[in-house]
Amino acid sequence: MNKIANNFMQALLSVDRLSAKQLLDDHTRKNTPIKSIEEVVVPALERIGDDWEKGKLALSQVYMSGRICEELVEELLPPGDPDRKDQPRIAICVLSDHHKLGKIIVYSFLRASGFELKDYDTIEVDELVDRVKIDKIEILLISVLMLSSALKIKKVTENLANTDHAPKIIVGGAPFRFDDCLWQDVSAYAMCKSASDAVSIIHDTMGGV
Amino acid sequence: MDLNKKTSLQRVLTTLGHKEPDRVPLFLLVTLHGAKELGLSIKDYFSKAENVVEGQLRLRARYRHDCIYNFFYAPLEVEAWGGEVIYCDDGPPNSGAPFIQNFQDIKNLEPPGVDTSPCLGKVLKSAQMLKEKIGDDVPIIGVVMSPFSLPVMQMGFEKYIELMYERPDLFDCLMRVNEAFCVNWANAQLKAGATAICYFDPVSSTTVTTREMYLKTGFEIAKRTIARINGPTATHLASGRCLPIIGDLAQTGTAIVGVSRQEDLEELKNRCQNTLTILGNLNGIEMRRWSPATTEMEVKKAIAGAGIGGGFILSDNHGEIPWQVSDEVLMGVSEAVRKWGQYPLHWVNEEK
Repeated sequence: MNKIANNFMQALLSVDRLSAKQLLDDHTRKNTPIKSIEEVVVPALERIGDDWEKGKLALSQVYMSGRICEELVEELLPPGDPDRKDQPRIAICVLSDHHKLGKIIVYSFLRASGFELKDYDTIEVDELVDRVKIDKIEILLISVLMLSSALKIKKVTENLANTDHAPKIIVGGAPFRFDDCLWQDVSAYAMCKSASDAVSIIHDTMGGV
Repeated sequence: MDLNKKTSLQRVLTTLGHKEPDRVPLFLLVTLHGAKELGLSIKDYFSKAENVVEGQLRLRARYRHDCIYNFFYAPLEVEAWGGEVIYCDDGPPNSGAPFIQNFQDIKNLEPPGVDTSPCLGKVLKSAQMLKEKIGDDVPIIGVVMSPFSLPVMQMGFEKYIELMYERPDLFDCLMRVNEAFCVNWANAQLKAGATAICYFDPVSSTTVTTREMYLKTGFEIAKRTIARINGPTATHLASGRCLPIIGDLAQTGTAIVGVSRQEDLEELKNRCQNTLTILGNLNGIEMRRWSPATTEMEVKKAIAGAGIGGGFILSDNHGEIPWQVSDEVLMGVSEAVRKWGQYPLHWVNEEK
């Protein structure tokens, strides 16, 4: 990770919004906004996500970092900015649960990495399937807290598998972190162990969408 | 009659004293399986104390584990505060939308009366009935959410993190109210018949908060709260990590720590030596697809990691066995602990 991204990450972990903004502003003076996001924000968030997965950081730090980055990138690259246009249609939701922290963190990480996405919030299986079809979603991110909710994802994947625009379904949440095979059991396309995984998986899949 | 055979309570007390009992104690933390036993829906099962009493007694008779778990469901406490509980057919009841909608609501928060709340009353009634039936042979485990972790359900996780960072004044205010409730709730359960209290505190885990933040918040709160609970406590981090704070946890006055599958059991045991007893760390999520061979291997692995010298209770790492885990697997765990958990554990060193 480059020095500025490292300093930016330290500012995020200290919940020091002013320093984080200053570092990003300095970089943006000499670079385009999208380049600043790619060279400063994305590497910092990637490292934060990875370090949480390794037990080196706490979820509270991940959440606050994502929130600060989302605010900063919102100023740098507002919705509708031409740099955001060549993206797949992405949606995110929490299935059958009011515990939204995981979804909010992934949403922030993706927005802070320059992605636009629809937020379906808490939703049940049938409504989710309908909305994905109507919105012609290409990548669907589903967050869950409980094992019973995770197993419901199978109904979503089955219902969407035979549609004209079957989305790639990426899953995440506590049950998946404790069972490496669960994502395959529910026929998901991929599983995220941390929020930064979502960013890299989407980057990897964009060529095929 | 075998005079050397220990009761479950004796077995547990011996291991808590960091000595080896006759075998490794097993806490099979089954809640929802009681509904299966009685042929009831999960909602109907938890609607009456009598159902939970019957369910717990039948489950213990079947699996011969070493505790009675008088835990209904996690959002029971927020139900008492006026929050919503959402039931489903194949999983634990879950909390609905948070009832603290904005930070200012905290200033007017009043804890529910433990004696007047119908949902808390069910738990107190079942504790009393279980004590009458079980006596002192088996520990009856009561459960409280820690004052520090309850806000996840009271106001939502994300808002709670923001409160911790941005409004320490209101955070302190919320903790004062929650501590008063937690102490009353724990002591009412002990008075009704619970032997010990499981203090669920996942937010204190280093998976969720940093050690630096924990020492300023969850640690001090736990010390104050546990000191006022009139009985032994076990701190459970609900599968969260705890190695960086294991020494701090021991100073809160708790006797047991529920540990995560994501940390090395042997290292945890070494760090806890003669201070905390370890509870764990079978993977409840994976358990639903364990074969008989895997079940036996996982039990062996856990016993090998932490069994020697006592100070260890075999259990799952989350504090509740999922509905999807089969009777065969639970029976397999019970049989494996009887096969491999008899002290002294000579086979552990022989296999190393």
